Amino acid sequence: MTSNAKAAAVRFDGVTKAFGAVVAVSDVSFTVEAGKLVTLLGPSGCGKTTTLRMIAGLEMATSGRVLIGEEDVTALPATDRDVSMVFQSYALFPHMNVIDNVSYGLVVSGIAKSTARAQAEEGLAQVGLAGYGKRLPSELSGGQQQRVAVARALVLEPQVLLFDEPLSNLDAKLRRRVREDIRELQQNLEMTSVYVTHDQEEALAVSDRVIVMRNAEIAQEGTPHDLYERPTDVFVADFVGDANLVKCEITRIDGEDATVRLGSIECTLPHRGLSAGEADLAIRPESIRLGTDASTAGIAGNVRKAVYLGSHVEYTVDTEVGDLFVTDPRADRAIVAGSSVMVTLAERGVVLVRP
Amino acid sequence: MNRNLVWWMAVGLGGYLLLPWYVADDGFWSFTWLIGGAPVTADYASGLFKGLLHGRPWLLPVGVLLIAPGLVIGRPKADPVFGAALITIGALGLIYIVGQGFTIGISGWEFPGLEQLFGPTELRQEGMGYGALLASAAFLFMFTLGFAARGAIKGDVFVVGSIGLIVALVAAFVFFPVIRILISAVQDNDGSYAFHLFFPKLFDGKIWGVACVTSGLRCGVAWNSLFLAILTGASSTLLGLAFALIATRTDFRAKRLLRVLTLLPIITPPFVIGLAVILLFGRSGLVSQWLWEFFGVPPSRWIFGLPGIWFAQTLAFAPIAFLVLIGVVEGVSPAMEEASQTLRASSWRTFSTISLPLMRPGLANAFLLGFIESLADFGNPLVLGGNYDVLSTEIFFAIVGAQNDQGRAAVLAIVLLAFTLSAFVAQRLWLGRKSYVTVTGKADSGMPVKIPARVKAAVYGTALPWAGLTVVIYIIILFGGFVELLGRNNTFTFRHYIDTFGITQGEFGLVFSGLAWNSFRTTVSIAAISAPLTAIVGLLTAYILVRQRFVGRQAFEFGTMLSFAIPGTVIGVSYILAFNVPPIEITGTGVILVISFVFRNMPVGVRAGIASMSQLDNSLDEASLTLGANSFTTVRKVILPLLRPAILAALVFSFVRAMTAISAVIFLVSANYDMATSFIIGRVENGDFGQAIAYSSVLILVMILAIGLLQLLVGERQIRRRTDVVAPVPTASTGLAA
Ligand SMILES: Nc1ncnc2c1ncn2[C@@H]1O[C@H](COP(=O)(O)OP(=O)(O)OP(=O)(O)O)[C@@H](O)[C@H]1O
Ligand SMILES: [Mg+2]
Repeated sequence: MTSNAKAAAVRFDGVTKAFGAVVAVSDVSFTVEAGKLVTLLGPSGCGKTTTLRMIAGLEMATSGRVLIGEEDVTALPATDRDVSMVFQSYALFPHMNVIDNVSYGLVVSGIAKSTARAQAEEGLAQVGLAGYGKRLPSELSGGQQQRVAVARALVLEPQVLLFDEPLSNLDAKLRRRVREDIRELQQNLEMTSVYVTHDQEEALAVSDRVIVMRNAEIAQEGTPHDLYERPTDVFVADFVGDANLVKCEITRIDGEDATVRLGSIECTLPHRGLSAGEADLAIRPESIRLGTDASTAGIAGNVRKAVYLGSHVEYTVDTEVGDLFVTDPRADRAIVAGSSVMVTLAERGVVLVRP
Repeated sequence: MNRNLVWWMAVGLGGYLLLPWYVADDGFWSFTWLIGGAPVTADYASGLFKGLLHGRPWLLPVGVLLIAPGLVIGRPKADPVFGAALITIGALGLIYIVGQGFTIGISGWEFPGLEQLFGPTELRQEGMGYGALLASAAFLFMFTLGFAARGAIKGDVFVVGSIGLIVALVAAFVFFPVIRILISAVQDNDGSYAFHLFFPKLFDGKIWGVACVTSGLRCGVAWNSLFLAILTGASSTLLGLAFALIATRTDFRAKRLLRVLTLLPIITPPFVIGLAVILLFGRSGLVSQWLWEFFGVPPSRWIFGLPGIWFAQTLAFAPIAFLVLIGVVEGVSPAMEEASQTLRASSWRTFSTISLPLMRPGLANAFLLGFIESLADFGNPLVLGGNYDVLSTEIFFAIVGAQNDQGRAAVLAIVLLAFTLSAFVAQRLWLGRKSYVTVTGKADSGMPVKIPARVKAAVYGTALPWAGLTVVIYIIILFGGFVELLGRNNTFTFRHYIDTFGITQGEFGLVFSGLAWNSFRTTVSIAAISAPLTAIVGLLTAYILVRQRFVGRQAFEFGTMLSFAIPGTVIGVSYILAFNVPPIEITGTGVILVISFVFRNMPVGVRAGIASMSQLDNSLDEASLTLGANSFTTVRKVILPLLRPAILAALVFSFVRAMTAISAVIFLVSANYDMATSFIIGRVENGDFGQAIAYSSVLILVMILAIGLLQLLVGERQIRRRTDVVAPVPTASTGLAA
């Protein structure tokens, strides 16, 4: 249960959006729980923005239903939905000063000017910009403009708050800080939020749940943990975090478990609905152990490249199952390039995935 | 209950039950019906009482249709039945009103077939009045409400309603008259159809002849018009750009003066520039005399013909290009120019590869405007044409001349239309589909960059001599009003001003005894009414075109631009043909003048709006919408304030055009509603050059005051505080060379 009475769930029910012949979103269903932040993640052109705009009412679904709270809003225009959006370009009104920008939504919804101003001041204080009200947007830095845009959306206390790549115009350091600010604000106010990004690290960092999209469809939905630990298919495994994708063979199915043969080693993993035969295995780089002792069991390999990065070392290892990309936090005991190694797998970070 | 529906039902029924259905004989603006017994007595009866008491029973179904939406009034908007019912009722109502308007005319059935079918009738029609107007509006908006309820344009009532309104207005006041005159292309003068005459008229050697290429003979008028229009379009765009650059990107000191100078020709009735050009360069013109005296160049009539028209048109239309381009030049984001310079582009490269291409939509628009204006111009070819015939004057003479051949006029109009439409298509292709958004919601804080030295030299080189020439011409115009007869008798006199604008002390107080007062009052009030209407219709159309996607958008754009492609002479004649009989009977009124100005000048508002609006990032509107503002509020609070340059351009242009237009006006004026320009032409024909020039000077003065007032009212668009110009940052290459 959330303490924010206005926050509402968002539900997509078999929603399709076509622009002429281009299908931007195809038969998509998901639910965003009230008070949670859900991220839409995916490569360019997969339909994230279009999905977000359908929640806002800026695009109308070609078929299917969109619900906010209990209400079916499929045919409701943006104006009549209680949804605010933070745009990638911020979309601050250049002819109004900061306070007028922030109070705009309040004023047009009929709240007295003085009340609206007071609320807007509060909103500005929330994003750490108290006292900037008199400035024009052109007199603010990029990060400040971004926060004004957030404040403008927040003060309306909408049922749902939408972000379309809100950080893409900021530098990396600032991006990290602002995304933490946004997350903190969202959690404090328990706002239902939908957040679009194509940066998987950002998605993992801010979300309660992540929806990974591919080619207008949902590839997988789950918590950041789920997605990283248990990607369903090759695409998700590759897109969320780094993964070594190798071919293996399932030799035996036994209850929930599958016995998997990878080169010269064998291990037991959840079969996840796959049957015996050739299969795809996703191995996180940090789940591969390299040993220099030639007598241990493992896949024999040869270190082709070793890159020292301070906090860890990155290796590229030639093996019979293909090139493996490996990270190892034990930077002080780096293995030099050219060494022969035995490759073994850790308990976690190794999963069978659908092709 | 749907508030919008209740409102339109109330409006429709109110009009139907209470207001006079037809225009009374005392005119549209007369309000005697208020005390004259409306809505019952025969003269002022409302639709209902006309139907019940005064022999027009066919008006009764209108009432039934107006009540019909009551059946669905309780249903929610999302209910498909609600939308479908409104669409049906609205469409039926409109079709019925239009249908009855055209089948029953002043003298009974309009079509012979109907007479055979129903027998002769005693039924009579009059021009539509307030009642019919409100009922039609109610049906129209019920229709659009229905579409919005069915989810058209994302369910936006305001946008769907606006589209409906504009379509209806353009249909009534552009398409209907055009169709009317096109029908005359295949009719003979008696009104019977004569298709065999069409093609000989179309391929006439007088239109398409190319004799001027091979021999000394004259070319066809079509070639003449085309050649002139290309010259004028190019020269006025270049000049406009030069002035716009000086005004925004240099530290030229007399900028304000320059701005006034560039505005002067636009606020001058076109034939006045023509007159001044003759007074300077004609056989006995001042310059010609001077050349003869000092250089022995014999005076000749060289100015009459292509050089003179081109010269006068460039003077007249460069300011329009300037008004369009200044908004565009201001809109080019300094950040992009700065970005280019930091990419080590020299200031010349920056200008030619960044600034200029970013101005492309503006340049194309300016050229298109100049091109079409030139084709449609009537005043200058009339005064300066000599033997160089162009389409617009040919059309005029085909109708008023000894030939009186409406068919030939219509054929010439079709040729003209083909030219302007080709220009339109070419512009589309050239602009392509690149995005020219430069004012984004992400504010940039750069400052306009100065133009490079080369460009500056070129810009000064063209603009300043031209400005000088303009000054000379205006000195002539001012001086001419204060002498007996310029060139012949240069004695100083106030006579012309007293004759035109005299005020004498009469028996009962002041008497406006000057000849010009009557037409002057009409002109000012008609211009003041039509300017804001034009701006509203034009910018609303631009908003719909730039921001909304809907089926038939291309057709919509074509329709709204069409009136611009029709020369005033043709508009004038077609309005006379279309609107001197019911159902819309407005010839001889002020209304027809206002309407002709609004729909003739609307395309300029549309163009200016489109050029500025396509530089505004769409996410600004969307932000406003998601913040809960409806599209009407969004237009009012976000778009309009950012469109101030376009608003000003539209207001100024339409006001000025209403004061200076001649070609359509000359057909539409009446004894009660005489306009300044037709009065002045009358003076010119009488040989009263002094009075004509005096009156023109007064008009110019009034327009200057009006423009100043408008500029004050509209204000400047404030999106960044630092407006001062900075010198270009030295780039690496120039830095090294130095
Ligand atoms: N208005 C439109 N008209 C036609 N096609 C469109 C329109 N808007 C989006 N598309 C198409 O729909 C698809 C999805 O677009 P969308 O903007 O949702 O992608 P996205 O996931 O947000 O990508 P990015 O990460 O690059 O922003 C794309 O193929 C795009 O070309
Ligand atoms: Mg996107």
